[in-house]
Amino acid sequence: MAFEKYDFTPLTQSIHQGLLENVSPLMTMIIEWTIIGLLYLVFVAVFGLFLVYAERKVCAAFQQRLGPMRVGPWGLLQTIADFIKLLMKELIQPKSVDSFLYNLAPFVVIIVPFLTISVLPFAPGLQSLDFDIGVFFVTAVSSVGVIGVLLAGWASNNKYSLIGGMRSGAQIVSYELSVGMSLITMIILAGTMQISEIVELQRNGWFIFKGHIPAVIAFFVFVIAGTAETNRGPFDLAEAESELTAGFHTEYSGIKFAFFFLAEYINLFIVSAMAVTVFLGGWMPFHVGGWDGFNAIMDLIPGLVWFFAKVLGIIFLIMWFKWTFPRLRIDQILTLEWKYLLPINLFNILLMAFIVLMGWHW
Amino acid sequence: MKSFFNYISEILRGIWTLLVGMRVTAKYFFTPWRNVTQQYPENREKLVLADRFRGEVVMPHNENNEHACTGCGICELNCPNGSIEIISKSIVTEEGKKKRIIDQHIYHLGMCTFCNLCVKTCPSDAIVMAQTFEHAHWDRASLTKILNKPGSKIMDGVKE
Repeated sequence: MAFEKYDFTPLTQSIHQGLLENVSPLMTMIIEWTIIGLLYLVFVAVFGLFLVYAERKVCAAFQQRLGPMRVGPWGLLQTIADFIKLLMKELIQPKSVDSFLYNLAPFVVIIVPFLTISVLPFAPGLQSLDFDIGVFFVTAVSSVGVIGVLLAGWASNNKYSLIGGMRSGAQIVSYELSVGMSLITMIILAGTMQISEIVELQRNGWFIFKGHIPAVIAFFVFVIAGTAETNRGPFDLAEAESELTAGFHTEYSGIKFAFFFLAEYINLFIVSAMAVTVFLGGWMPFHVGGWDGFNAIMDLIPGLVWFFAKVLGIIFLIMWFKWTFPRLRIDQILTLEWKYLLPINLFNILLMAFIVLMGWHW
Repeated sequence: MKSFFNYISEILRGIWTLLVGMRVTAKYFFTPWRNVTQQYPENREKLVLADRFRGEVVMPHNENNEHACTGCGICELNCPNGSIEIISKSIVTEEGKKKRIIDQHIYHLGMCTFCNLCVKTCPSDAIVMAQTFEHAHWDRASLTKILNKPGSKIMDGVKE
């Protein structure tokens, strides 16, 4: 197929071979790890800053404002300036915090996106880890983040932080269920948990089209639960500014605060990327059956562009949620999960299993 | 069974109301030319402000350094928060009559709420609202202004 020419495998293979010929296998491994680690670090920093900028601009547009316009053209350098400011700020540690846990929490929170991002396929051949339990790995690792949030809330020794952390705990523990269930629905359809294979299976049709109604329901449940899992509005009651000042990160300043901030936005990216990978065909181009000319044009667009276009689409959808809907109360959040999303999800799994059983899904 | 249908219709109605809300915000998002917020004006020379814009209180002087202020103190009386102080002095005119004229018309820009009452009540229309808008200063003292220029005197023909 035409878009195979954008495959990154030859590039990575040539780097690997070139290193093997020149240095020992151990050094090859270390160098490759360093390169990948640096790439992810740069990506997380740059994309996180871009998302903060995008959020401010999108929010402004929804509220008929202009957003940042002063620093750089259209305010493009605004978040970089903010980041430099945060780097230079003093790290204030309140007197009666649990020092070890207080300092540990931001790192627990920032590690999670780095772990989850490692299994995401950005483009053909651009995936650093390809577990055969990839989807399970993502759901398992992404729930570690809540430990960081709880630690931050607990160790801060502040009632706002504690309430925020506890709310976040209750919320994420609940919504993890929905995320997992909606992913299980798609795993039933795919028959595999390996992410590269899930993408490959969507070559002749994205899962959201292949899976008929249950896939559509699962997609919306995933987006809703994913929004809740990233602690974003309308589910942002863990850091509800009007009630809890800043929730679990009230007592953090400087770069530690930036860690929480960055982790939130990268989690937004990861949720969107998972939605794209599992439901919208990952880096696969959009094809319509029978329209060969249209499909050939779509194939000309590289997989990387497809992936990021879809991810940005989902991110826009989630931002749209945030700037439209009012914040839910804690009981409303739990009602939504346990009385609505969970029963719908369970029914949806049955429906999907039935469809797969009858062989209607291809 | 009835409660089950209620449950389903509740979900559908909930989705419908959410979609209505999203349609409203989408309308705002996709019509950026109707944004109400404007940029801070960079083109200060060509900038045209509305006629009724209230920047600060000024006292217009003509080319002979004459103004229309009689020093009656009505603006001072009408100012709700005491931003205006009138210091008057007595002089003896050529005819030998004693006359009260303005010495200093002191205007505290930092206290002004731009309510326009002083301009409205001035019997001789001696003060007007200017179109300036950049009032930031490093020093609070520079916000206290004396509106009548040094050496100025009252115009002829202004009713006492």
